[in-house]
Amino acid sequence: MTRPAIHEDSTPPGTVVIVGGGQAGAQAVDSLRRAGFGGRLVLIGAEATLPYQRPPLSKKYLQGELAAERLPFRHRAFYDEHDVELELGRRAVQLDVAASVVELDDGRRLDYHRLLLCLGATPRRPSWPGANLAGVHVLRTVEDADAIRADVRSGSRVVIVGGGYVGLETAATLRAMGCEVTVVEAAERILNRVASPESAAHFGARHREHGVRIRCGTGVARFEGATRVARVVLGDGTTLESDVVVVGIGAAPVTELAARAGLPCDDGVLVDAHCRTADARVFAAGDCARQESTRYGRRLRLESVDNAFEQAKTAAAAMLGAAAPHDRVPWFWSDQYQDKLLIVGLAEGHDRRVLRGDPQSGSFSVSYLKDGELIAVEAVNHSKDYMAGRKLIAERARVDPAALADPRVEMKDARIAPGTSH
Amino acid sequence: MPRVVFLEPDGRRREFSVPAGTTLMEAARQHGVDGILAQCGGACACATCHVYVDPAWLARLPAREDMEAGMLENAWEPRPNSRLSCQIHLTEDLDGLTVSVPERQG
Ligand SMILES: Cc1cc2nc3c(=O)[nH]c(=O)nc-3n(C[C@H](O)[C@H](O)[C@H](O)COP(=O)(O)OP(=O)(O)OC[C@H]3O[C@@H](n4cnc5c(N)ncnc54)[C@H](O)[C@@H]3O)c2cc1C
Ligand code: FES
Repeated sequence: MTRPAIHEDSTPPGTVVIVGGGQAGAQAVDSLRRAGFGGRLVLIGAEATLPYQRPPLSKKYLQGELAAERLPFRHRAFYDEHDVELELGRRAVQLDVAASVVELDDGRRLDYHRLLLCLGATPRRPSWPGANLAGVHVLRTVEDADAIRADVRSGSRVVIVGGGYVGLETAATLRAMGCEVTVVEAAERILNRVASPESAAHFGARHREHGVRIRCGTGVARFEGATRVARVVLGDGTTLESDVVVVGIGAAPVTELAARAGLPCDDGVLVDAHCRTADARVFAAGDCARQESTRYGRRLRLESVDNAFEQAKTAAAAMLGAAAPHDRVPWFWSDQYQDKLLIVGLAEGHDRRVLRGDPQSGSFSVSYLKDGELIAVEAVNHSKDYMAGRKLIAERARVDPAALADPRVEMKDARIAPGTSH
Repeated sequence: MPRVVFLEPDGRRREFSVPAGTTLMEAARQHGVDGILAQCGGACACATCHVYVDPAWLARLPAREDMEAGMLENAWEPRPNSRLSCQIHLTEDLDGLTVSVPERQG
């Protein structure tokens, strides 16, 4: 990628400042330069490392199978070549939207023409007694992953609090590293509300096969120990001896900087379909943003690589004056042991579910329909259905449930030709 | 360090030396090869790292696994020499590996 010259006829913003050097921030840098933005580009990131991918933190990186130097999206040379001013290990502490100035923690003030907030989310920390004991971890950053790695050894008794994606992936990884792992989930089942009962049953069975204990329906009452955690006491009185605890009970969007600047926030910085906040010069993307979705007709905040990537692209284009609103079908994946869950679309609002294939075989998919239209596909070890689903959902295809339920029929052939009644 | 060659969609040729043990996708991403999005970072979950392998090299690569094959089947314009670059691990034997990048990734 070479840097094309600025087009004289357009009115490109002179300086773009991006706050937050994660998935969305890194993508915005790429998209801006690729689109020909030739002005000053500054990326402010609170973490000292080059922008890096988080998914391996609960998977291969935690396990030691992926070296730290393979986490960053790009080498430093890429940022140098593209004239990106990296302010890493620096935090934006104050935003003045009236003056278009952002202030850093070293007191410097940067003027901007366009500002993009890619602040991410921060793990919810429990308020239970003992939550501050040593040995109680959360997992969001490479530093967190390193701390967990340093704290466990083969045979360590680990309690994972939360049976969501981060918790279950961490459980699988630590089990593979030889730890004795128990997952505690307050809801009646793991992956509650984020995956189908079939997928949850599949992954639950995998965990049990590998020797991970799963306890649903009871939350944590407190952590006990002198200076280090030694026991986790559950709501039903059960006590679990533990050397290490990892809490994965969700994340909250980082909105403080925006909220203090007077930008409307409500479980996320509120943005329109172009990722624009209430201030026309300020944009937000990724985990921190709650967007007015064109496709879904409501406000959505998603936490996924895909969402951060696509919103960053939308925001970059909008900052340069392009008009295309964000209208992508979201997707997500999770890896546990050798198994892969692939999800495309959002199942909320479905009126019909169709199972394809036999869950016992370990490879199947669940489709979600609304008024005959395919709106989501969840595939366990079945990349073909997932990819077919991606296309059908993007095209807002209507599908034949009977064909869908028959694994001998290719999923893409379950489409009902437009105009046909069924 | 094996060398790899990418032919970008607009015909531009990019050649890099990359450490053995990393993947072809990582080489493309580090250098910002045009047309390789690699959104999932190598998890075989996005199919946005799709490349066409120079036929001369195809037989020298380990075969696709099921998960990769399934992704490619419904990718944008799959061909017999389609691969997901994140599933190709570079070794000294692959010195000179040449691939072209599709016009689109889905
Ligand atoms: C362990 C783990 C596993 C995951 N696995 C998957 C997966 O398998 N599939 C998937 O789709 N998604 C996965 N995700 C989710 C995905 O990584 C996130 O959705 C994505 O990183 C969001 O990108 P972002 O840029 O919005 O936020 P982040 O990547 O979190 O980046 C935000 C950055 O902004 C910085 N920042 C915040 N405030 C300031 C400030 N005031 N000044 C300067 N910098 C600031 C933060 O320090 C951080 O570096 C996973 C997440 C985690 C934690
Ligand atoms: S990088 Fe996502 S499938 Fe290769």
